[in-house]
Parts: sequence; C-alpha cells; structure tokens
Amino acid sequence: MSELNQNPPHAYEVQTGDFSREFVEKISKAQDEPRWMRERRLEAYGVYECLPIPKTPNEDTWKRTTDIHVQDYWRRTDLRMLKLQAYQPIALSPSDLADRPPLSDSLKAQMQVPEESGRIVLQDGVVVDVTLSQDLARKGVYFADLNTALQERPDLVESYFMTKAVTVDWNKFDALHGAFWQGGYLLHIPRGVVVEIPLRAFVVLSEPQRADLAHGLIIAEADSQVTLLEEHLSTDANAPGLHCGVVEIFVGDNAHINYVQLQNWNHRVWNFSTQRAIVGRDAQFRWVAGELGSRVSKLHQVSVLEGAGSNVEMLGLTFTHARQHIDTHTYQEHKDHHTTSDLLYRTVLKDRSHTVWNGMIHVHHEGQYTDAYQKNDNLLLSERARADTNPGLEILANEVRCTHGATAGPIDKDQVFYLMSRGLSYNQAERLIVDGFFEPVMQRIPLESVREQLQQSINRKLAI
Amino acid sequence: MSTELVIKDLRISVGEKPIIKGLNLTVKQGEIHALMGPNGSGKSTLANALMGHPFYSVDSGEVTFGGVDVLELEPNERARLGLFLAFQYPTAIPGVSMANFLRMAVSAVRTENSNGSETTELIPMRAFRRELREKMKQLGVDESFARRYLNEGFSGGEKKRAEVLQLAMLEPKIAILDETDSGLDIDAVRIVGESLNQLIGPDLGVLIITHYPRLLTYIRPQFVHILLDGRIVESGGWELAELLEKKGYDPIREKYGISPEVLADDDVEDPLSALRR
Repeated sequence: MSELNQNPPHAYEVQTGDFSREFVEKISKAQDEPRWMRERRLEAYGVYECLPIPKTPNEDTWKRTTDIHVQDYWRRTDLRMLKLQAYQPIALSPSDLADRPPLSDSLKAQMQVPEESGRIVLQDGVVVDVTLSQDLARKGVYFADLNTALQERPDLVESYFMTKAVTVDWNKFDALHGAFWQGGYLLHIPRGVVVEIPLRAFVVLSEPQRADLAHGLIIAEADSQVTLLEEHLSTDANAPGLHCGVVEIFVGDNAHINYVQLQNWNHRVWNFSTQRAIVGRDAQFRWVAGELGSRVSKLHQVSVLEGAGSNVEMLGLTFTHARQHIDTHTYQEHKDHHTTSDLLYRTVLKDRSHTVWNGMIHVHHEGQYTDAYQKNDNLLLSERARADTNPGLEILANEVRCTHGATAGPIDKDQVFYLMSRGLSYNQAERLIVDGFFEPVMQRIPLESVREQLQQSINRKLAI
Repeated sequence: MSTELVIKDLRISVGEKPIIKGLNLTVKQGEIHALMGPNGSGKSTLANALMGHPFYSVDSGEVTFGGVDVLELEPNERARLGLFLAFQYPTAIPGVSMANFLRMAVSAVRTENSNGSETTELIPMRAFRRELREKMKQLGVDESFARRYLNEGFSGGEKKRAEVLQLAMLEPKIAILDETDSGLDIDAVRIVGESLNQLIGPDLGVLIITHYPRLLTYIRPQFVHILLDGRIVESGGWELAELLEKKGYDPIREKYGISPEVLADDDVEDPLSALRR
C-alpha cells in the first residue's frame, strides 16, 4: 500500500530513526541512560534480529512446527502488509519537549482530570504533560514518564522492567519494544496507599509513520488500591502508525487494582501489545480491555494468579468495522490454590471486519480449588464479518472448577422486528440491540466515567 | 376523524403454503372485535403480517390504515401511523431496559416527520418518567419493570402485562392483541383483562385474536368473527362467542366441511418457531 511508504512531512525537529542497532544506541545515548538499560536494549535488539516476522502459515505447516512464530499464536493474523521499516522510532533529549504539535481543544477537554487525581499525556512517544495531586505525591505515589523514572527511580525500573512479567525472548514485537521503547510511564503505589480517584494515561499518535513504543509499568504494593484508565488515540484520522506496546502490572498482596485500556487508534495503525499482570496473595485485579480502533491489532493479555486467594476479572469489549482485524489472546494462569478468575469478552462486528479470540485457562498442579470461567460472545451485524472464537483449558490440578463457553451469531431478526413494531427504525433497533449486547460487560465496569467513555466510543462506531 | 383498519381479500403464505385465503375485515377506532379460531387457523400469521413481519409474504389483497396502503410500509412506519401488535410470544431483548426502550419507542411514534431516522429527538427524561410511572400505577405494574431488561426472565403473565404497558404508552389507534390470554392462569387473565379495560375508549380500536373466549369476559367485544382455514366463516355479536364457549369449534367445522385432521398438520402454536428450525 502506497501510503505506508511515503515520506512523512517534518513540521518540526525530532530525531527520528529506523529500527537499526545504531539507532538503539542513539536512543540510549540521547537519554543518558544507565548502562544496564543500554545493555538490555541491545540484548532485545539481538533477539529482534533473530526472530522472523511471523507468517500466517497454511494449515499444514502450523500443525507441524513447534516454533511460536509460525504456530497457533499468529495463525489467524496476516502480517504480510506490515512494512516495519516504514515506521520511525524516535530518540529525544529533553529539549525537544516544546516542539510538539498542539493538542486540539476538544482533546484537551477529553483529557481533563479532577484536581485530586493525576494524568500523564504522551504524544508520539514524548511526554507532554504529567500532573499528580500534591496529596497523592505526599502519600508517596509516583507517577511519571518512564524516561524520567529511569533517572528518579532507577532501582524500581531496573528490578521490574521486562524482567519479571514480559520478557523479550518470546515475541518479535516484544523484542522490538525492548530495544526501542520510548516514553510510557511508571506508576508506583506504596504499601497501604489508597488512591480513590482514577488516574489517567493518554497515549497519542499524531505524526504520520510514527512508531509508538510506550511502556506501561504499574507497581502496586501490598494493601494498596488504584485505578488507572489508559487511552490510546490518534489525533489525525488518517495518519498511518505503529504501536508496539508492553504493559507490566504487579499487584501486591491484598491490593485492589483496576486497569482499563481503551484502544482507539485510527484505522491505519498497526497495534501490537503484550500485557501481563502478576497478582499476589488475596489480591484483586480487574482488567478491562476496550478494543475499538486500529487496522490490525494483536493483543496478548496474561493474568498470572500467583498468590493463593487471588482474584482476577477480565472484561473485554471489542467493536470492529470496515476491514479491521482484531486478534486477542487471553490467558488465565492459576499458579496457586484458591484462586479465582472470571473472563467475559463481547465482540460486535460490522462490515467485513474479522476478530479472533483465543482464550486459555491454565491451572498448575499447585492450583487446587481454582474457580475459573471464560466466555466469549460475538454478535455479527454483517454477513461478511467473521469471528473466530476458541476457548481452551489446560488443567493439571484435580480439584478445580473451570468452565468456558463461546457463542457467535447474527443479529436476531425477531428482536429487530419486535423493536421496529414499536416504532424504531432498523438502525435504532440495531443500536439498541448492540447496547444491550454490551450491557453485561458494561455493568461490571466499576467506574461511571469509564462506562461513559466506552459508550461514547461505541456510539461513534454505530454512527459510522 | 375515526381511523379504520381495512383488510380486503387478503391472502398470505408462509413459504409455499397458503395460510390466509381471502380475508375481509374492518376495524374502526373505538370498536372492539374478537377474531376467534382454533390453533392453526392462521390467527398469528394474520397478526404478524399486519404488522409487517418479513417472514410472511402477502400474495394479494389490500390492507389500508386510515386510507394509507400499509403493505408497502416497514413495521416502524406502521407503528407510527398508530398500529400496534401485542405479541403472543414477546421477544426478549437482553441488556435493554424497559424504560430505555420505551423512551425511544414513545419518542419515535410521537415525533412528527422523524421518518424514524437517527435524529429522532428523545422526549425529555423527566416528562417520560412521570408518564411511565403514572401508567404503571394505573395498570398496577410494579415499578421495578422499568429497570428490568425487556421481557428477559419475565413470567408469562409479566410478558403480557409488559405488552399492555407498551400499548398504554404508545397510545395506538388500533391494537391487535395476539393471544394475549394464552399461557396465563385465570388470575393472570383477569389482571390483563382489567388492565386492558382501562385503556379501552373511543380512541382505541381493538382486534382481539384468541382461541379461548375467557379474555372476552373481561373485554366484551361488539363484533365476533370466526376464522377457520384462513377465512372468516362467521361474523356476529356476543352470541357467537357464547356458542363457542358452549360447543367448541366442532359444530362450525362440520358446518363448513373442514375436518380437524386437515388442520392438524399446521397446528403449530408459533408458526415462526417452525420456520426457524
């Protein structure tokens, strides 16, 4: 596709580069990073170079191979149109901060947060705003872009950054991320601190051909509570882009954490994201994924129930249109006894879009008395849309309760007739049915503001 | 001006099979008609086709509503003219609250020239809530109905009362009640009957479709018609309903030479469910 190869306009000075070893060095040098980070980047680059871009294999090869890059994981997502070298990572020194294109007023309004809260805004990999209430700062909450955190909290970053949750050795895009990451944030909640009002993170793509490699690192110590709502969005409806992200979440013993990610990129962004949460003893982790945007998306979400008595709820809401392709893998890994997880992903598809959901509940030998559930439901609004759904169980303990289910079907004509017989137009009936279909997910989302945000995104989709 | 629903020589098939075979009927605002017939006589087919269900193809004939040919209209356009169908088997719409749905529906039928487009303005929440509460009180419907999902997990009686509530809110000119008494115990029939009675007046024409006369003890029709094998074979007053109550359909079948065996193979309570299989 020609638009992927055009030269982007440079309205301002930024050090853009390519996915080369030299540029890895440059990024690290520009930030004056500690040596260990530079080494980690280069090591990740080595892995990146070794791994091929995953191919969508034909039925024969994927059965025979044991290589993850041509195996099940990539089976249903075609990357042939992806030209990685068309996208530019950036290196930046603090002096570049003033040179961002201004955000629109409507976007600024959307990003408003209450005074008692905090937010971080990243644009094309550069932090453009960080606020945190004095009260939270006094309590020891740390919320900053990751480049700054590397200077201010080096020990935390060194200990947690791509060492315990997501590692670079598995997936080419994770390796790419490890080598070229830029921006992102560290959120650290000290032991026992309760953050009442949700914190917000905005990851924005503006410039065409830009590669965003924001890294989210959330460390919530024991007995803490926090909600982070992260949104990904494009300011330019047509700018091609690449997001290659990693999110690592550490939920301490008895902590209560909600993490919401709304992916709202424009229809020309390739989205690759690996997210992993490690959940401690008696902790509760609630995870909401709203997948609405992007051209092609590959999202991998893993919940590791590491401590006994931990509880995870995973909620997903996907709405695709045109020729969008959204492929989601979820993994509920029960590593200790009396752990519970509950997953509900609902997808609505329009036009010729295609979604994939692959779910796995994995219970280790130690996971006695696990109670795990997964359910994926798909509503197809068009005959040409396609939903692949594939729940899975792998159970090594003997005293567990694990259930799963999946459904896919077209819109119910009797429902449409019923609503139309009451005066609603076909479109109104369809909208109401879609809203109703998402309702079981919506009503489990803990925050009014998040529900509203999601509802707005759904309404925009319905109006297309 | 009183509005009329006029059906002339209507013929309807389901798939290849003719079900309604030349039916004539006129229902005026303010009149109460009962259309009675055994299972399989084509009652539900008629009701659904009048509302515009896409499964039924009208082969020939004419249906006008206030002079407008409705056979060319979408179901929502028929509703906006003032036609209403209380379903025998109301469809559940999970996740959609009764209040939310009713507000959209009421807004759609009351807005002039909205042609059902996306721009239909919703009636103000406050006014709507007040009206809904009043109607629920009038019909003795519990307030929790408003928050529940439309017909989901409703008992048979609740479903029928929800239909009557919708009728009350949408204020149609002509309402077709398709087997509104079926599946209900005698108390539930009484409750639904009494609710309906409250709505009856000079502005509402009613076509009660039923095969039991028991709902009719609460709502006394002025006109009774007997549907057999896709045609109205007898029309009269209350005495016809009494005759059926005493002797059943057999004497009428005999009179017109229609054996129950012939009816048996389309003796399907819900013809749609058969089609869906």
